[in-house]
Amino acid sequence: MSFNLAYYFPLFSVIALLFISYLGVRVGLEMFFGVIMPYLAFIVFFVGVIDRIVKWARTPVPYRIPTTCGQNKTLPWIKRTIRDKFENPESMFYVMGRMFMEVFFFRSLFRNMRTELRPWGKYPEGGKLIYWSSKWLWIGALAFHYSLIVILLRHLRFFMETSPSCLNLLESLDGFFIIYAPTVYLSGLVLLAAIIYLLLRRIFDMKVRYISLAADFFPLFMILGIGITGLFMRYFYRVDMVAVKELTLGLATFHPTIPEGIGAIFYMHLFLVAVLFAYFPFSKLMHLPGVFFSVTRNMAGNNRWKRHENPWEYEPRHFTYMDQEDMYRKQMKKAGIPLEKDIEE
Amino acid sequence: MSEEKKEIINSLKETGFYKPGKIYDRGKVIAGIVVFIIVAAFPFFYNAGKAAKMPEPKLDTPVIRQLPEAERVCVLPKQEMRENHMVLLDEWRDQVVREGNREYTGYTGKKYTISLQNTCMECHSNYEEFCNECHQYTVQTPACWGCHIQKPKEWAG
Repeated sequence: MSFNLAYYFPLFSVIALLFISYLGVRVGLEMFFGVIMPYLAFIVFFVGVIDRIVKWARTPVPYRIPTTCGQNKTLPWIKRTIRDKFENPESMFYVMGRMFMEVFFFRSLFRNMRTELRPWGKYPEGGKLIYWSSKWLWIGALAFHYSLIVILLRHLRFFMETSPSCLNLLESLDGFFIIYAPTVYLSGLVLLAAIIYLLLRRIFDMKVRYISLAADFFPLFMILGIGITGLFMRYFYRVDMVAVKELTLGLATFHPTIPEGIGAIFYMHLFLVAVLFAYFPFSKLMHLPGVFFSVTRNMAGNNRWKRHENPWEYEPRHFTYMDQEDMYRKQMKKAGIPLEKDIEE
Repeated sequence: MSEEKKEIINSLKETGFYKPGKIYDRGKVIAGIVVFIIVAAFPFFYNAGKAAKMPEPKLDTPVIRQLPEAERVCVLPKQEMRENHMVLLDEWRDQVVREGNREYTGYTGKKYTISLQNTCMECHSNYEEFCNECHQYTVQTPACWGCHIQKPKEWAG
């Protein structure tokens, strides 16, 4: 199995980033990796995301794109189920329902199909093309995204002096089995398993591998790197938690400090997170706001009873008969063709 | 190419229908951006105007006070204890509960009997000012205290 640059470039970029942050901290650049880089990354993330959203919002999408996942609203005797209403919505209410299903349950991925040429002796060609439901991507994506949101929420305790009780509840549920000390969080393990599955899928599924670019591998390797450094920091190479919280809380309250004695692994973790945040607005990770701009998901299919005008479809300038007469009046008169408006003497 | 593009855009502008600066679905987009700002910058809003109080675990207990200055050390160096005490406690639990071995040699060569309540908390008898100080700051609720703490008398049912 051979790999190309699309695979190697992101892999070695992430390894290089880890080395840079490790060496940087070793030579005493804690200020850069602990304070400057996170702030810079956050500004780039913030401004970049909003800029991209505004850019998208300025793009006119004149026509409705009715998707054919359900029966559209039509003649009264054609029955529609509740499923049809959500899959092919006629109003904003059902559009929001569809968007909810998309955002929280990844409805589109649930529809994922697998196309496969199976050996089939009965057929003269010796093979049969079959389509079958494939839920692995859906399960992997769902596990990944839900554990990621739990992890993000859990990290909020580093940026708040006291954490609200709902976050504490989430944390105790996440560490439900109370294995080991510090308690093993299930979300961390699920995230790691899911990201490894999503990575292996890109590597071993030839159809997906063929269309995978460096921009697809880079976020995977980054999140894998962040996950591994995070888990290592929590369970093996422990760092001084009080000092870490002093730093992170300092960032959140705009009183940045660099406490003594935080291990390099913390800065490696933080640096990868900062780079990922800075990379966010320019990458496929923009599917976070992008899902709301997804034109096949966010429009009601109301073409049948509402006229939608293309904003750049202006009135064409026709060349009318009067224009022609104005242009050739003299010649027409000379040739004896009757005129609507005679030449004024 | 860019000249051509400009010409097209200009002619489109002249029609009055196409506005390059226009934000479509303005209300919804702005609402979305506001939600994004609130969620993404939530810690900044939450912490605004709050000054964080650093934890100060206190070593001022009767037993520690009686020790001579040179012997005021824990089983491991201070920084290592700060980082790893929970891992050590977990190892100790396995050692005691599964192997029945209560002996531990500290980094100074001194022998200790492994016991959270009888050894650790003999010196660190001030749970509120020692353990809880950092645990509260870092929002940790270790499972240890479900059984191991000497609860105040007034808690007793």
